[in-house]
Amino acid sequence: MKYLSLILGNLRRHKLRTALTLLSIIVAFLLFGYLAAIRSAFLAGIDVAGEDRLITRNKVSLINLMPMAHQAEINRVEGVDFATHNTWFGGIYQEPSNFFAQIVVVPEQYLELYPELELSDEDRQRWLETRTGVMIGKVLAERFDWKIGDKIPIMNPLWALKGGDRNWTFDVAAIYDAREQGIDTSQMFIRFDYFDEARQWGQGQVGWYVVRVDEPDRAGEIAAAIDAVFANSPDETKTEPEGAWYQGFANQVGNIGFIITAIVSAVFFTILLVAGNTMAYSVRERIGELAVLKAVGFTDGAVLGLVLGEALVITAIGGLIGLGLAWLLVAAGDPTNGAMPVFFISVRDLLLGGVLILALAFIAGIFPARTAQRLQVADALRR
Amino acid sequence: MSETAMASTQTTEPRPGNELLVDVRGVDKVFTRGSETVHVLGGLDLQIPKGEFLALMGPSGSGKSTLLNLVGGLDRPTEGSVTVGGQRIDKLSDRKLAGWRARHVGLVFQFYNLMPVLSARKNVELPLLLTKLSGKERRKRAELALEIVGLSHRLNHYPRQLSGGEQQRTGIARAIVTDPTLLLCDEPTGDLDRKSGDEILDLLQALNTEQGKTIIMVTHDQRAADRATRTLHLDKGRLSSEPQA
Ligand SMILES: Nc1ncnc2c1ncn2[C@@H]1O[C@H](COP(=O)(O)OP(=O)(O)O)[C@@H](O)[C@H]1O
Ligand SMILES: [Mg+2]
Repeated sequence: MKYLSLILGNLRRHKLRTALTLLSIIVAFLLFGYLAAIRSAFLAGIDVAGEDRLITRNKVSLINLMPMAHQAEINRVEGVDFATHNTWFGGIYQEPSNFFAQIVVVPEQYLELYPELELSDEDRQRWLETRTGVMIGKVLAERFDWKIGDKIPIMNPLWALKGGDRNWTFDVAAIYDAREQGIDTSQMFIRFDYFDEARQWGQGQVGWYVVRVDEPDRAGEIAAAIDAVFANSPDETKTEPEGAWYQGFANQVGNIGFIITAIVSAVFFTILLVAGNTMAYSVRERIGELAVLKAVGFTDGAVLGLVLGEALVITAIGGLIGLGLAWLLVAAGDPTNGAMPVFFISVRDLLLGGVLILALAFIAGIFPARTAQRLQVADALRR
Repeated sequence: MSETAMASTQTTEPRPGNELLVDVRGVDKVFTRGSETVHVLGGLDLQIPKGEFLALMGPSGSGKSTLLNLVGGLDRPTEGSVTVGGQRIDKLSDRKLAGWRARHVGLVFQFYNLMPVLSARKNVELPLLLTKLSGKERRKRAELALEIVGLSHRLNHYPRQLSGGEQQRTGIARAIVTDPTLLLCDEPTGDLDRKSGDEILDLLQALNTEQGKTIIMVTHDQRAADRATRTLHLDKGRLSSEPQA
């Protein structure tokens, strides 16, 4: 710490140069933090996917329905704890840009399978007692300012009511929250009993099954056993771990993870050149001063440390400001105003940011620092 | 004090009876730059007793700075030995040598070589950063050193805000802050006007007589050399007490 005034003094030497370098580092880390939040939005579900949950869907495609009768057969497969079915509702609230997920579920079974959803006993009871009731997530409730008891009109291009009317109305019966970060609270859950009775067609048909297995270690084996049951039937199935299922969703939009990693890598490569250049100049223009430090007794190692310390101070200041700004920006809400299932910078990404700060400082600083370290005092004093 | 009076006090040989501080024996120094080799010092001997104020004169390029660097442990001889305070310093590792410099020598340069980004006090504190002293103690010692050189009123000034003479005083304060036995000054007045130069020489002389510092001072100026207790001339790689024709 006692070397800090020396380090800060050197950074103050060329204020404009330091400011510009700092600014580019800030922008890089701001971008990193913000894109990390977007990435986790797109990959939502994968991280928090239950290890003991499988998804069984129609082998033909995600959108092909399956008979409800599969449920009993899946439950009979050795190793299956129990299965429940879900169906994609796909309605529109006022306009398509208000998109949020609406899923038709059997409430007791769904809540049993997803203990990570937090729900008061009161709300739970109300939902179980209201046939037209829906359970909505906290983020969704905040987005449209919905309260318990509100009536929500939903137009559905997929599913009509008996008689052909496409305008459904639901009552907000429950609002759930997440017990841990990363869990989607932007969804709406509709009761299957009401849906199945009210819909014009497709009675007894459901979208996919969520299956809980007894032993996660045997998940692959059990998935194969489930698919084997329906092999060569009119409704063959494809069963996969929940994480893979979410990954499949994310992949429909493109390999977001890869794209974001590519952008961030390119940005950081550029920043590395900027910071490296700053450090190289900073050392080159004060060869004489570094020689004086050695003359008064600083060891080669101390001088190496001093230059690396300078690189670390500038990247740490820039990096922490950048990450801080990203955090504030992310906390202020997602750019789609609520359409993203989750939007936050995970602890893992913050730690990764910290590692990036250290790596950037090291790579930008090590070559100039080595130059400073190798400097011969008598020689350098003559320059 | 008249110049002749000063000169008359000088001896040509080390004063006998005094403990030897610097003992340079059979030193050769050869620089190789590409295919070219420069033979700067050849079979050079130099003994300096503790408490001496030695002036080192000689033509430009004769190797005065080179010799100073060898005694100060900034460079190593090609041949021969350099012993300071009983320690063979030419055999020390780079790391040990750096530590030795920090404890035993103070360096004063012609162009002051202060850190432009640090205040006078911080510049003087620099060598103390290598010690285990607390921040408070470092500060105290730096201020004391600046007081000795008469710069108590310039503690927080930056080098660019100081005159040449004041910068050199700061340089001297930095050299004495660790209380070394040996001060090596390479043309300390070379870049100063006469008045400032005289003040620096007064200071060096006081450090020699009052604080017992052993000083080697390279200079081109006979008036400066007259302040020393002994003058040696370096020419063609050898030392002599008289300038060569
Ligand atoms: N590091 C070095 N590499 C090559 N030649 C050097 C080096 N240092 C000094 N010399 C040469 O050694 C000679 C003496 O230099 P120096 O000791 O600086 O002389 P002085 O201080 O007496 O003017 C000069 O010819 C100089 O060019
Ligand atoms: Mg010289």
